[in-house]
Amino acid sequence: MKKTYRAYLASSLLLGILVFGFSTTTGEYLSEPKLPEKSKSTAAELTPEQAFDLMMEVLTHKRCVNCHPSDDYPRQGEDSHIHNFGVQRGPDNHGVAALQCQTCHQSENNNHAGVPGAPEWSLAPRKMAWQGLTRVEIARSMLNPDNNGGRTLEETVHHLTEHELVLWAWEPGVDANGTPREKPPVPKAEYIKAVKAWAAGGAPIPEE
Amino acid sequence: MTISFNINGQPTSLDVDGDMPLLWVVRDMLDLKGTKFGCGKAACGACTLHVDGKAIRSCSYAVKYAEGKNITTIEGLSNGDQLHPVQQAWMEEIVPQCGYCQPGFMMATAALLSEIPNPTDEDIDNNIVNVCRCATYYRMRKAIHRAADIQSQNAKNQPS
Repeated sequence: MKKTYRAYLASSLLLGILVFGFSTTTGEYLSEPKLPEKSKSTAAELTPEQAFDLMMEVLTHKRCVNCHPSDDYPRQGEDSHIHNFGVQRGPDNHGVAALQCQTCHQSENNNHAGVPGAPEWSLAPRKMAWQGLTRVEIARSMLNPDNNGGRTLEETVHHLTEHELVLWAWEPGVDANGTPREKPPVPKAEYIKAVKAWAAGGAPIPEE
Repeated sequence: MTISFNINGQPTSLDVDGDMPLLWVVRDMLDLKGTKFGCGKAACGACTLHVDGKAIRSCSYAVKYAEGKNITTIEGLSNGDQLHPVQQAWMEEIVPQCGYCQPGFMMATAALLSEIPNPTDEDIDNNIVNVCRCATYYRMRKAIHRAADIQSQNAKNQPS
């Protein structure tokens, strides 16, 4: 009887460890986001340089770059392949005359069909092409009024942290097979704090 | 929720789940069977219809977005007994084989001709990306050019 009770205790303990172990993973992020060591307490303590690195972890992710191509074809999927059906940018970044983005994409994800959607679904203008650029080149382009639509730094921060199409990256829905799309490697709140910390520190761009 | 829209010129009001695909509403609630289900993923184009004159994949278009809009299906493409140029051309060129995908192609083509009245082959390639398993693409290309001619002729014959 005693032996049986000991075995019961041991198995309960093992089960408890297993359950506790699983419950301490970071929710939807399977591994810890790549925060700089110093930033793990709070992103508000980031230096502008650390904030830049964190922000660029997001801006160079496929959820952003797929719609910032350097040519006239949107990319899609985790492998950033050219959009199926020969879909093209068109004159106003919303597709061609009778094959517009809104032919298929609406203002919300359609998780039944696996078609992503968000308000103003479209490609970034050609001048805002990021595909193939380094982090430094992206930052320079992003702060250049000739490329960024004449935005001030404040307006650029607003776009990066509040535009629904940008923030869609953290609610990307599922693909045509029902598989959840990959999210950027930094949680949304940490990313927003990093963008603001970078801007507050004078938006420095490191040397190449 | 209650959704109201015009379909083929008729005002319609329905109590429906707003996330239901418009295709379900059109086929199963309004009994307009011309618009077809193909892939259910906005890929093949069999479900194409017009919302405010623009081509839309209705399998992936939640009906809530149709509130207050004008929807046209293949059943409403003609003007009474006067066939749409696309319908005339499709008959003249004997385009369909099995025919399943053709309503979607015809609606996509009608949307194209309203934007580009005389499309080039390149315009057709860029804008009409529907899928036909019978591979009637060659006849469709001829029919699209023919429809453009008919549309142009009709415009000339209209009293000013």
